[in-house]
Amino acid sequence: MIALLVRDLRLAMRAGGGFGLGLAFFLIVSTLVPFGVGPEAKILSRIAPGILWVGALLACLLSLDRIFQLDFEDGSLDLLATAPIPMEGIVTVKALAHWLVTGLPLTLAAPLLGMLMNLERPGHFWIFLTLLIGTPALSMIGAFGAALTVGLKRGGLLLSLLVLPLYIPTLIFGAEAATRGTAGLPASTPLLMMAGITAGSIALLPFAAAAALRVNLR
Amino acid sequence: MSLWEFANPVKFMALSGKVLPWVIGLCTVTLIPGLIWGFFFTPEASNFGNSVKIIYIHVPSAMMAINIWVMMLVTSLIWVVRRHHVSVRAAKAAALIGVTMTVIALITGAIWGQPMWGTYWAWDPRLTSFLILFLFYLGYMALWAAIDNPDTAADLTSVLCIVGSVFAVLSRYAVNFWNQGLHQGASLSLDKEEHVSDVYFQPLLLCLAGFTLLFVALLLVRTRTELRLVRLHRLEVRERMKDA
Repeated sequence: MIALLVRDLRLAMRAGGGFGLGLAFFLIVSTLVPFGVGPEAKILSRIAPGILWVGALLACLLSLDRIFQLDFEDGSLDLLATAPIPMEGIVTVKALAHWLVTGLPLTLAAPLLGMLMNLERPGHFWIFLTLLIGTPALSMIGAFGAALTVGLKRGGLLLSLLVLPLYIPTLIFGAEAATRGTAGLPASTPLLMMAGITAGSIALLPFAAAAALRVNLR
Repeated sequence: MSLWEFANPVKFMALSGKVLPWVIGLCTVTLIPGLIWGFFFTPEASNFGNSVKIIYIHVPSAMMAINIWVMMLVTSLIWVVRRHHVSVRAAKAAALIGVTMTVIALITGAIWGQPMWGTYWAWDPRLTSFLILFLFYLGYMALWAAIDNPDTAADLTSVLCIVGSVFAVLSRYAVNFWNQGLHQGASLSLDKEEHVSDVYFQPLLLCLAGFTLLFVALLLVRTRTELRLVRLHRLEVRERMKDA
C-alpha cells in the first residue's frame, strides 16, 4: 500500500500530473473575487472565510477525475484489482494521495491567500484548521464520485454534478466554523460536526467506492 | 405465495396490467374531487386570503417528493441485496416523478411565498433542503442516462442512491444549523397544536390520497415501460450476437 502511495505521489509530481493545478486555480479564484465584489476591505474580510472554502472546494473538484481515470485507461487499475490488497485499501490510498497533492497544499496556501482577502488575524488560524479537518472528507467523497464515473468517456461534468450535492454538508459546517472562529464566536459545534463527517466518510465511503469500482471493472 | 414472486418481470407485468386501471380510477375519484373541494368550497383563511388554496398542491407534492426518494432508497437496497430487476427499474421510473414533484413543490412554494413573505425565494432551511433534494434527483437521473449497460447502470445508481440518502439527511441537519427559517411548521402532524384546521384538513387529506395514487399509477406505467425497454435491449443484443 505504501508502494502504491509513493507511485501515485510520484506520478502526480511529474510534469502533466496535475500537481499545482488546484493550487493555481485556488490562487486565481482568490484574485478574481475582489475584482468581482470590489476592493472594500470590510466586505472582503466578511466574506473571506466563505470564499476561501468555496475556492478550496472547487480546486479539489478540478482534479478528481484524475484519481482513477488514467489508471483505468492504461489498465493498471485492473492489475491493482488483482493485487493482494483489498479494493477498499486501494481506494483509501488513492484518496490519501489525492489529499496529499491537493488538499494539503490548499490548506497550507489558504492562510496566505487570506491576506489577499483582508482576513482578520484569528481567521488565518481558523481557515487553516477547518480546511485541515475538512479537505480529507472532500478527497474521500471525491474518490467515491470518481469511482462511480470511471467507466464513462466524458465523466468529468457528470462527476461534478454527482459530487457537488455530496459536498454541501462539509461546506456548510466548514465555512460556518471558519466564519464563527474569525468573528470570535464559539465554533466547536460546527467544527466537531465537520470532523464527524470526515471521520464517517473515511470509515464508510471506501466500501461504497470499492463496490462501484468492482462494478466498473466487471 | 410471497411478495418476491413479483420480482419476476412476467408476473409483475401481468399483475400490474390488471391493477393499473383500478389505480387510475381511484386516483381520478380522489384527486379531482379533492382539488375541487379545496379550491371552491373552503373559506378563505383570515391571514392568508385566497392564496391558502395552493396548499392542496404544495403540501401533497412536497410530501411525495420526499417519500419518492425514500421509496427509491428501499428499492435500490432491494436491488443491491437480492438483485430483483423490477425493483431497480421501479427506482429509475420513480426518479422522474420525484423530480417533477420537487419542482412542483418549489414552484408552488415560490408562488405562495411572494404574497405571504414578500419574496419568491429565501434561504430558509426547508426551501434549501428541497433545492438540494432536486440536485440529488438530477445527479441520480444523469448517472442513469450516462451509462449504456443497464445492469452496470443499475448497480452504480443504487450505490449512489444509498450514499446520497445519507448525505441528503446530513444536508438537512446542516442546513437547519446554518440558517433559521421563515417557513411555517409541519402542516401535517399528530400534534393538534400546529395542525391546520379541520376545514382545510379534510380536502387536504383527499388530495394527499389522490397524489399518492397518482404516483402509484405513473410509477406502474413507467415501470412497465422500463421493463419493456430492458427486454428490447436484451433482444437487440441477442440479434447482434446472431449476426456476428
